[in-house]
Amino acid sequence: MTALHGRQFLVVTASCSVAACSRAPMTYMRTFGPAADPVTSLGWGLTIICCLVILIIGVLLLIATSRARRTDATLASVPIAHPGGGLRWIYIGTGVSIAVLLGLVVWTMFTLAAIASAPSAPVFTIEIRAHQWWWEARYLDGTSERTFVTANELHIPVGKPVLLRLIGDDVIHSFWIPALAGKTDVIPGQTNIAWIQGNTLGTYRGQCTEYCGAQHAHMAEFVSVDSAAAFKQWWDHQLAAAAAPPSATTTHGEAVFLARCAACHTIRGTGAGGILGPDLTHIMTRHTLGAGTVPNDPASLRAWINDAQAVKPGSRMPTLDLPQQDLVAVTAYLQTLD
Amino acid sequence: MSELSLRDRVLPVGSFGRKSSGWYGVWTLVLTEATLFAYLLFSYFYLASQANGDWPLGGPPSLKLAAPNTLVLLLSSAALIWAERSGARKGKRWQLLTGLALSLLLGVAFVLVQLREWQTKSFSIHSGTYGSSYFIVTGFHLAHVIVGLLLLLALFIWALNGMFDRQRHAPLTIGAIYWHFVDVVWLIVFTALYLVPRLK
Amino acid sequence: MDDTEAGRAPRIADEGGLHIDARLRAIWETAPGIRGVLSSVDHKRIGIRYIVTAFIFLIAGGVEALIMRLQLAHSDLKILSPEAYNQLFTMHGFTMIFLYAGPVLSGFSNYLWPLLLGSRDMAFPRLNALSYWIFLLAGIFLYVSFPLGLAPNAGWFNYPPLSAKDYNPGPNIDFYLLGLIFLGISTTVGAANFLVSLLRTRAPGMSINRLPILVWGTLTASIGNLLAVPAVSLACVLLFTDRQFGTHFFDVEAHGQPLLWQHLFWMFGHPWVYAIVLPALGIVSDALPTFCRRPLVGYTPVALATVATMIVGFGVWLHHMFATGMPMLSLAFFSAASLVITIPSAVSTFAWVATIWTGKPVLTTPFLFLSSFIILFVIGGVSGVMTGAVPFDFQLTDTYFVVAHLHYVLIGINVFPVIGGIYYWFPKMTGRMMSERLGRWNFWTMFLGFNIGFFPMHIVGLMGMPRRIYTYAPGLGWDTLNLITTVGAFAFAIGILLFLINLLVSLRRGIPAGPNPWDAPTLEWSVPSPAPAYNFAVIPVVASRHPLWEDRLNESAERSDLSRGYLLDHGRETLATTVLDAEPDLILKMPGDSYAPLALALALAVLFVGLILHSLACSGLGAAAVALAIVVWLWPQRGLGQIGESKHV
Repeated sequence: MTALHGRQFLVVTASCSVAACSRAPMTYMRTFGPAADPVTSLGWGLTIICCLVILIIGVLLLIATSRARRTDATLASVPIAHPGGGLRWIYIGTGVSIAVLLGLVVWTMFTLAAIASAPSAPVFTIEIRAHQWWWEARYLDGTSERTFVTANELHIPVGKPVLLRLIGDDVIHSFWIPALAGKTDVIPGQTNIAWIQGNTLGTYRGQCTEYCGAQHAHMAEFVSVDSAAAFKQWWDHQLAAAAAPPSATTTHGEAVFLARCAACHTIRGTGAGGILGPDLTHIMTRHTLGAGTVPNDPASLRAWINDAQAVKPGSRMPTLDLPQQDLVAVTAYLQTLD
Repeated sequence: MSELSLRDRVLPVGSFGRKSSGWYGVWTLVLTEATLFAYLLFSYFYLASQANGDWPLGGPPSLKLAAPNTLVLLLSSAALIWAERSGARKGKRWQLLTGLALSLLLGVAFVLVQLREWQTKSFSIHSGTYGSSYFIVTGFHLAHVIVGLLLLLALFIWALNGMFDRQRHAPLTIGAIYWHFVDVVWLIVFTALYLVPRLK
Repeated sequence: MDDTEAGRAPRIADEGGLHIDARLRAIWETAPGIRGVLSSVDHKRIGIRYIVTAFIFLIAGGVEALIMRLQLAHSDLKILSPEAYNQLFTMHGFTMIFLYAGPVLSGFSNYLWPLLLGSRDMAFPRLNALSYWIFLLAGIFLYVSFPLGLAPNAGWFNYPPLSAKDYNPGPNIDFYLLGLIFLGISTTVGAANFLVSLLRTRAPGMSINRLPILVWGTLTASIGNLLAVPAVSLACVLLFTDRQFGTHFFDVEAHGQPLLWQHLFWMFGHPWVYAIVLPALGIVSDALPTFCRRPLVGYTPVALATVATMIVGFGVWLHHMFATGMPMLSLAFFSAASLVITIPSAVSTFAWVATIWTGKPVLTTPFLFLSSFIILFVIGGVSGVMTGAVPFDFQLTDTYFVVAHLHYVLIGINVFPVIGGIYYWFPKMTGRMMSERLGRWNFWTMFLGFNIGFFPMHIVGLMGMPRRIYTYAPGLGWDTLNLITTVGAFAFAIGILLFLINLLVSLRRGIPAGPNPWDAPTLEWSVPSPAPAYNFAVIPVVASRHPLWEDRLNESAERSDLSRGYLLDHGRETLATTVLDAEPDLILKMPGDSYAPLALALALAVLFVGLILHSLACSGLGAAAVALAIVVWLWPQRGLGQIGESKHV
C-alpha cells in the first residue's frame, strides 16, 4: 500500500516510479514483465533495422540527386540515354529486403509464441468490465468469500502471472498497460482472455486504446506490482466492508450518500448497492478520480461529487448540485472509506 | 514506318453485340455486384458461425415455394435466351417480343411468389441475426430482380418500337447478361440459404 | 454529322491537314457557358474538376487538422469540447481518405488516360461526368452535417456498438453511412470506366507492355475498387438497417457481431489504401524518368509489383484487427502477409533510386517532389513493417505511431506525387508553366513542415500516446513533441498555401508552354498545350513505351506514327482496339454533351436526402427520378449506332 496520495501519486507515476521510465510512463520500449519483454526486444530490433533502412536509402538518394543539374533550362539539352545496370539495383535491393523481411517474419513468429501464454499457471483471475469511461475489476480466487469488486486501480503480486478476462459492457474498449503487456480489445458479446505479469515492483499506467466515445481520453487504468506480503494485505483489506461513519458529519454524509448516490454506487457494509458506477467501498485507496482524470484529493473529490460534468464532460455521472452542508458531509464520509 | 500499317480496312461502326462498350461495361457491373453478394454470404456465414444453435430459425427454410420459384427464374432466363437467339439474331420480331414478354412475366411471377414466401415465414427481419440475414440477403436479390424487370420492360418497349434489327440489338445482349447474372446469383443464394442447412 | 452505316473504312489523314483542327473542334468542343459546365462529358474538364474539388476538400480536411493540432499543442487544453474534437477527427479522416485521396487520383487519371492511351475520350464519357457529380454531391451531403452540429463522430472507421443506435441515436452516423454509400457509387462507376477504357480504347500498337505505369496503377486500383467497395457499402447498409429498421447485424444482445463490421470495413479498407497510392506511384514512375533523362529502370518488375501489391493487399485486412482477440493462426498468417507485401514496394523503390542514379537528374520543382517522395515512402513503409509484426503491433496499434505511419504513407505517397504531378502536367492542362522560384519555396516549406510535424509522432507513439484523444495529461512526456508537431503542421499548411498561390499566379502569368516543355516521352506531350478538345487530330499508332524518344533511344527500327492515322471525324468518334494486341477493331461513336449524368446524380441525391430525413415521399420520389434518368440515359440513340436499320424486327 503506497503512502502517496492524490496529486503526489500522479506526479510520482508520471515522473519517477521505481521501475517505469521516468520521463515516459506509458512507453513500451522498456518493459517489466514476460508478457511484454520478448516484444520489446523485437521492437528495438525493428526500430534499429528500420532506421538503418531509412538511412541507407536516404544516403543513396542524396548521392544520386547530388549530381543533379541545377536549372531546367537545360532539360532538353541533356541527352536521353538508356544505360544498363539498372536492373541490378532491383535484384540486389529486393534480395536484401527479402532476406531481412523473412528474418523478421521468423523473429515475429517466435515472439508471438513466447507471449501466447503465461510461463506458469495464472495464480488468480481478474474479470475486467470496461464501461464508458471507467474500468470495473472483479477479483476472483476460486471461492466466493474472497471475491471483491474495485475500479480503475489494480494490484498484482510480483513475479506471478495473472489471468485477465475482458468483458465488454457497452462499446468496444481496449485494455493496455504498456510496460507490462500489449493491448487487448474489450468487445461486447465476447470474452477476450489476456495475461499479465509484473517482475519489478512499481505502479504502471495504462489507458483505453480503442475509441469509445466522448471521454475516451480520460479512461486510464493503473496496475501496482506489489510484494507478496503487500499484495495479500491489499486483497484482505479490499475484502473488508466499510466501517461505520465515526462522527455526526460523516453519519449525515452516509445518509446523503444513500439518498443521492446509492442508485449507481456500491459501498459494502451499507445499503448502497448500485452497479452503474464504480464500487466506492475503499475509494480512499485509489489515487485518482474519474479513471485518472483528476487526483484523489479533498478539493478534487468535492468538485467531482458536486459537478462531475464540469470535470469530465459527457461522463455518466450527473451534476448533483448538492446543498453546501450535504456536500461537505458526503465528502467527509467518503474520505473515511480507506 | 510503324509496325502496324493501317491498311484500308473496313471497321464496324457503333454498338454491335460483344464489340460494344456497353457489353464490357455490364460485365464490370456483374463483377462488382457478384462481389457484393459474396460479401453478403460472407456475413451470413459469419453470423451463422457465431450463433448459438437455432440457425436457421425454425429449421432449414421450406422449399415448397422456393424450389418451384427457382425454376420460374430459370425459365425466365431461358425465355430471354430464346428471344435473343431465335428472335433478335434471326431478325424475327414475333419471337423477340414474345420471348421478352414471357421473360418479364416469369420475372414478375418470381417476385410475387417470393413476397408470398416472405409472408409465410414464422420469423421477421427483427428475429435475431438469422431473421435479419435471411431477409437482407433475399431482399438484396429481390431488389436486383426488380431492377432487372424494369430493364426487361424497357427492352420490350424498345423492341416494340422497332429499334432492334438482326445486326444492332446491343441493349438486348447487354440486358440479357444482367438478367442471367441475377439468375445465377439466385442459384447461389438458394443453395446457401436453403440447401446448405440441409447438409448437416 | 451522324452516320448509321454498319461499317466503313476510316479515312487516313495527315494531322496537319486542311481544316482538320477546325472540324474536330466543332465536333468535340463543349458548349460555352453554364450549359457546357452542366453538360460537358469532356474527360479533361472532368479531370480538372475532380482535382480542384479534391483540393477544396483537402483544404477543409487540413483546417480540421490544424484546429485539432491547436487543441493538442499542450496537455489539458480546453480549446475544444470532446464532442467538437470527435467530430473534427472523424471528418478529417473521412475527408482526406474519401473526398481527397481517391478523387484527386481519379482526376489525374481522368485527364490523362485518353491522352496517354492515344484516344479521344474514355469509353463512357457520360458515366465519367456522373462519377464527378456524385462525388461532389456526396461530399456536400456529408458536409451539410457540419454546420448543423451533426457531423459523424465515431471515427472514420465508425465501429459499432459506438456507432449503433443505442450509443449514437442522432443522425450523425446516418450522414456517414449514406454519404459513404453515395460516394461508393461514384468510385464504382469510375473504376468500371477505367477498366473498359483500358480494354477497348488504346491506340493501335499500344500493347500491354507499352502502357505508362500510371495506367497500370489506376487499372489495378480500379479492379481493386470493383472488388472492395461493395464490402463497405454493404457494411453501411447493414448498420443503417440496424439503426433505422431494427435489424440485428451488430446488435450484441441478439448475438449480433461488432466484429462483422470490422471485417467488412477492413476488407474494403485495406485494398482502398492501395487504391489511393498505386496511381500516385504510377505518377512518379512516369514523371520521374523524364527528369532523369532515361526510361524507368525495370518497367516490367515495377508493373508487376503494382499488381502484386494490390493482390496481396486483399489478404492483409486483419492487421487492422490484431488486438481484437483473434486466434493465433490468423494472427500469424496475416502478420506474415503484411510483412511480405513490402517486397513489391522494395522493387519499385530500388527502381526509382536506380533511375535517378543511372540517369542524369535535372533539378526542377517536380523532380524535387517526385524524388523526395522516395524517402517519405520508405519511412512510411518501414513503419508499416513495424506495425505488421503482430506482437509489436499489440503495443503500437491505436497509438500515435500508427498516426505517423498513415500520414507518411498518405501524404508521402499521395500528396507529394500529386503536387509533383501537378507541376509536371500543369503546362499540358493550362498551356503555362508554374513558377520555379515559388516552387522551391513551396517544396521546402512542405517537406520540412511535413517532417517536423509528423516525424515526432513516431516518437510520441512509442512513448504510449493513444490515438483519438482530445487531450492528454501532463507529465507523460508528450507535451514537447506535440508542440513540435503542431508547429510543423502549420508550417506544412503554409507550404500548401504557397502551392495554391503558385497555382493561381501561374494561371495568369506563367510562362507559356509548348507541347513538350519537359521533353518527355509519352503521347500526351505530342499534342498542343493546353490539349485541344479532341486530343489527337489523328489516332496515333504506337510502337514503343516512349514514342517521343524513339529516335534518340533507337532501340528498334520501328517508329510510332503520330502524324498520320485514322481521322475519325464523322461526329464524335474514337477507335476501339482489340484487348490483347491493340489492333483496330471498331469505330466507337461517342456521346456529346448531356444533362443526363447531372440529372441522375441529382435524383440520387434526392433519394439519399429522403433516406436521412426518414421521408418515404422524398425517397420514393428520388427512386422514381433515378429510374427515369437511367431510362432516358440508356434510350438507344441513332447517333451512337444503337438503333437498327432494317424494318424486320
